[in-house]
Amino acid sequence: MELATSAGPLVQWSWISSQQGTILSLLLQHLELTVIAVAVGLVISLPLGVAAWRLRWLRTPLFGFAGVLYVVPSIALLSLIAPITGFFSVTTAEVALVSYTLLILLRNTLAGLESVPEDVSEAARGMGYSPAQVLLKVQLPLALPSVLAGVRVATVTVVGLVNVTALLGQGGLGQLIIQGFTEDFNTPVVVGLVLSVLLAGASDALLVLAERASTPWVPKISQTAR
Amino acid sequence: MNFLSQVGAYLTSGAQWSGMDGIPNLLANQVEISALAVVAAVIAGVGAGAVLGHTRRGGFAVLNAANAARAVPSFALITLLGIQPAIVRLPQGGLIATGIAMWALAVPPILTNAYVGVQDVDPEVRTAAVAMGMRPAQAFWKVEFPLALPLIMAGARTAAVEVVATATLGAYVGFNDLGTLVFSGLALHNNVETFSGALLVAVLALVVDALMALTARALTPAGARASAARAPRGRQLLPRRAPSMRG
Repeated sequence: MELATSAGPLVQWSWISSQQGTILSLLLQHLELTVIAVAVGLVISLPLGVAAWRLRWLRTPLFGFAGVLYVVPSIALLSLIAPITGFFSVTTAEVALVSYTLLILLRNTLAGLESVPEDVSEAARGMGYSPAQVLLKVQLPLALPSVLAGVRVATVTVVGLVNVTALLGQGGLGQLIIQGFTEDFNTPVVVGLVLSVLLAGASDALLVLAERASTPWVPKISQTAR
Repeated sequence: MNFLSQVGAYLTSGAQWSGMDGIPNLLANQVEISALAVVAAVIAGVGAGAVLGHTRRGGFAVLNAANAARAVPSFALITLLGIQPAIVRLPQGGLIATGIAMWALAVPPILTNAYVGVQDVDPEVRTAAVAMGMRPAQAFWKVEFPLALPLIMAGARTAAVEVVATATLGAYVGFNDLGTLVFSGLALHNNVETFSGALLVAVLALVVDALMALTARALTPAGARASAARAPRGRQLLPRRAPSMRG
């Protein structure tokens, strides 16, 4: 066997300061991939969630499909779709990332809509609201806390998964992890790991604030209980 | 020949079914490391979760720590462990790096669910058990633990599916499991090989999910089944499986 290699100190600060620019741009790419995935996931899940709420028969196939997507491992899903969407393309990364948000967002949209008291919808109809108005002005706003709770879970999940998409060419901080492995060098891996955890924590904290701001009628105490 | 029939031909060719790099060996390695990691995580997670849930102490800190641990991407952890000289030097370095990272992936959902499951047992039920003459240990094993079992099994199911799927990444640091097909295919631009490996992992994950669901049902006492059906009401906002950090 060859000589044991040394991966260097856990953190080499001089490397970090010399690579600041690269690290920052990878962090921003990580954020961008995450935001796009969650936004696209939401655009798909909201109408489908409303549809599943109204049309009971849609639930089994819809949740079955989203459930299968959720169970398939990330690296496997990436390689499964890569022949269609292109190896090492942003589309491949995004399709995989979006597919993991669907189950979480669909489930929370449906749960939120189901939690709207029938009396409230009835009152809105009694006041002369059209079905579309009831949905947009009463039911969806009341479902918002649940939807946003789903957005939080989805965001934290996607931040972690973006690292894996680096293996297929597009992966923000994941590229640092690969670099560390290729060069047998600890620091980039540690930087990728720590920034990924911090990004997840910061996004979550930001979404909690957004949740509070967008649902002023919910008492603050019950919100913290998820 | 189109892509899918190439995959079919690859998966059915005799060469893929024998030797160290044959599908049976790769599959066995993946199942073995996952089983080891999940069993070790059940021992640690259920042990710690049940004690803390029973005493109702330190819950806030435990749940927060488990949540934070979930944000650690497995890919980063596997890689970091996989380049440590102390681990690389070992004859089965890849296995050890993958095993530790998979254990770390499995503990949080199991620990959280064990804690919540035991802690959620109605205090009146405990009092009733003690009033019937059970010793505290009996009350725990015969009442609290069985009532918490559905939630504990849900945590173990989440963990098992995530681990068996994520163990694929172990091939990145030299552990010879199904990920070997994925990574060697990526390196050699052999899409058929990559796709075949990915397909096998996906099927394996679905099979494990189904098996864990059946095990959970078999292990759940009839009395707790009814309470399990009622219990999740308050937890509607969370996905059935806890959020994952399969990265």
